[in-house]
Amino acid sequence: MEFRVDLFEYQARDLFEKHGVPVLAGAVATTPDEAEAAAKAIGGKVVVKAQVKVGGRGKAGGVKLAENATDAREKAAAILGMDIKGHTVGKVMIAQAAPIDSEYYLAILLDRSNRTFLVMASVAGGMDIEAVARDTPEKLLKVPVNTIEGLSKAAALKIIQDAAFPSDIVDQVADALVLLWGVFTSEDATLVEVNPLVKTSEGRIIALDGKVTLDDNADFRHPDHEALIDRSATNALEEEAKAKNLNYVKLDGEVGIIGNGAGLVMSTLDVVAYAGEKFGGVRPANFLDIGGGASAQVMADGLSIILGDKDVKSVFVNVFGGITACDAVANGIVQALEILGARATKPIVVRLDGNNVIEGRKILMDAAHPLVEQQDTMDGAASRAAELAAK
Amino acid sequence: MSIFIDKESRVIVQGMTGSEGTKHTRRMLASGTNIVGGVTPGKGGMIVDIDGHLLPVYNTVQEAVAGTSANTSVVFVPPRFAKSAVIDAIDAAIPLVVVITEGIPVHDTAAFFAYSQSKGHTRIIGPNCPGIITPGQSNVGIIPADISGSGPIGLVSKSGTLTYQMMFELNDIGMSTAVGIGGDPVIGTTHIDCLRAFQDDPATEAIVMIGEIGGDAEERAAQFISEYVTKPVVGYVAGFTAPEGKTMGHAGAIVSGSSGTAQGKKDALEAAGVRVGKTPSETARLMRAILKG
Repeated sequence: MEFRVDLFEYQARDLFEKHGVPVLAGAVATTPDEAEAAAKAIGGKVVVKAQVKVGGRGKAGGVKLAENATDAREKAAAILGMDIKGHTVGKVMIAQAAPIDSEYYLAILLDRSNRTFLVMASVAGGMDIEAVARDTPEKLLKVPVNTIEGLSKAAALKIIQDAAFPSDIVDQVADALVLLWGVFTSEDATLVEVNPLVKTSEGRIIALDGKVTLDDNADFRHPDHEALIDRSATNALEEEAKAKNLNYVKLDGEVGIIGNGAGLVMSTLDVVAYAGEKFGGVRPANFLDIGGGASAQVMADGLSIILGDKDVKSVFVNVFGGITACDAVANGIVQALEILGARATKPIVVRLDGNNVIEGRKILMDAAHPLVEQQDTMDGAASRAAELAAK
Repeated sequence: MSIFIDKESRVIVQGMTGSEGTKHTRRMLASGTNIVGGVTPGKGGMIVDIDGHLLPVYNTVQEAVAGTSANTSVVFVPPRFAKSAVIDAIDAAIPLVVVITEGIPVHDTAAFFAYSQSKGHTRIIGPNCPGIITPGQSNVGIIPADISGSGPIGLVSKSGTLTYQMMFELNDIGMSTAVGIGGDPVIGTTHIDCLRAFQDDPATEAIVMIGEIGGDAEERAAQFISEYVTKPVVGYVAGFTAPEGKTMGHAGAIVSGSSGTAQGKKDALEAAGVRVGKTPSETARLMRAILKG
């Protein structure tokens, strides 16, 4: 259900290699033993790099040079399990070490504002590119790429020259850029970023560290992408929701939220937070969009996850019936409560409007479930749910 | 008057013979839309009977336009066929294509959008949108026709159910046209396109613009409003409580760093003279005060 699939560095490296982008030898390891074996296979000095999807791992001690395979084992043992900005390191990449002469930056991304693709190139590599964009914008060249024409070698050469790369590497970097464009288009990526792109002391151009974001709407033409999806979530409830294909995000409040449609659910979170100001500052406990379908099973799955959240004190079901009629939603709630039985323990405030609302409200009234109460308006229901959570 | 569709709209349904297409063709017909035919490659020549309406099916949009004088297409085909369906519609030079399909790869959307720009004769609404309704005249997409009748308010929103909620809140006044532009990162028709059309539409007296976190569409719209729109605009932005870095359902709805926050969007709109409600109902009250005060 998630739209963005952010890859780990080692996965990006593998994709680069598949498309001919120059990279150094590297392998992923989840244990010190595997790290030692990988280092032995690569030979010589290696770099042990924590695989986390957050910046600043170098400063946090998540990247270390190892002299040999035994050293790599020790360094991996130290890094595995480390906490970097709330991310526990479960994998390290063992990468060939290379003497670096200079560092550069290349990226290709979807430019939402202009509804096209954008190449970004900078000679200020190895740094936080947002800081470069802010402090020295003249060092970051941005060039839109026509979606239909694509990126030719000639266009790539012009970009790299305009970005003031040294003349002796312009041709090699342009080749790398064309190959990265191949990664971007043929893998349905929304971001391909190399930071840094390095020139080694032997004069080779290498993509040393990469970030790739894939569009999971395109998974139907990339069966191999399934294996790249990171199923681990930072939160057990999010993990359970992912397994049930629910669009769920854990938040830190007390009012569980279920709604249909992303915009309406976001709005529901806000309305609950405002209402909560009158009840000791209670806040929404989650985002959960059950989408158009809203079958009994989806409702049961959603309620089950929300009721399994120990922080939740009340639940607000906010549905505007469009294609999904309110009577179907009401039946879903009734059946979900039957499925959940004694596991349903928290008050549930329901607000239904729209398609077949009269039938829907009647179904809930007739069912007369002791935990369920109805409210006529979104604001009224939010206020009631907040009040119930405050007790 | 209205924007983009009216009682003269002659609508074909791409994917009409599929289950979603058939279901929604029935609903559109029931709300008075002038559906003149459908397109399903390989099924040309068929006649489909939907509630007594005998609708011809064509292999291409070009044939459908030749056979029916259609000027609007609505797309219900599955994601993997959506790009070729939209390109088919653009090649037929049809003026309006409304893409309901959810889950189209963004590279495909970027490609057909660029293609439409290069041809210059086709407006795309969506994808991943509920469509557009001019109450009492035409309903192209999946917006329930009975939420609101005709009136002087123009409404534009990324979100489907939030569109319905706002139409419902204001159904005592009514809509000139309501447009759901879709929540994908690349969409064919933007807030700005709709604001311009509403400003130029004599039937629209005031505009409700619903935004949400992510991207900078609302900030751009605010800039446009201050330069071009003289009609009153009331705004609503969803996502004040959304945490940074978490995608909230819509692919577009993500706050990254300091950009794309609800507060930033609200501030930008207010600086352009837009009154912004904290909730949908407060937004409706602001609109009511403008039109009745």
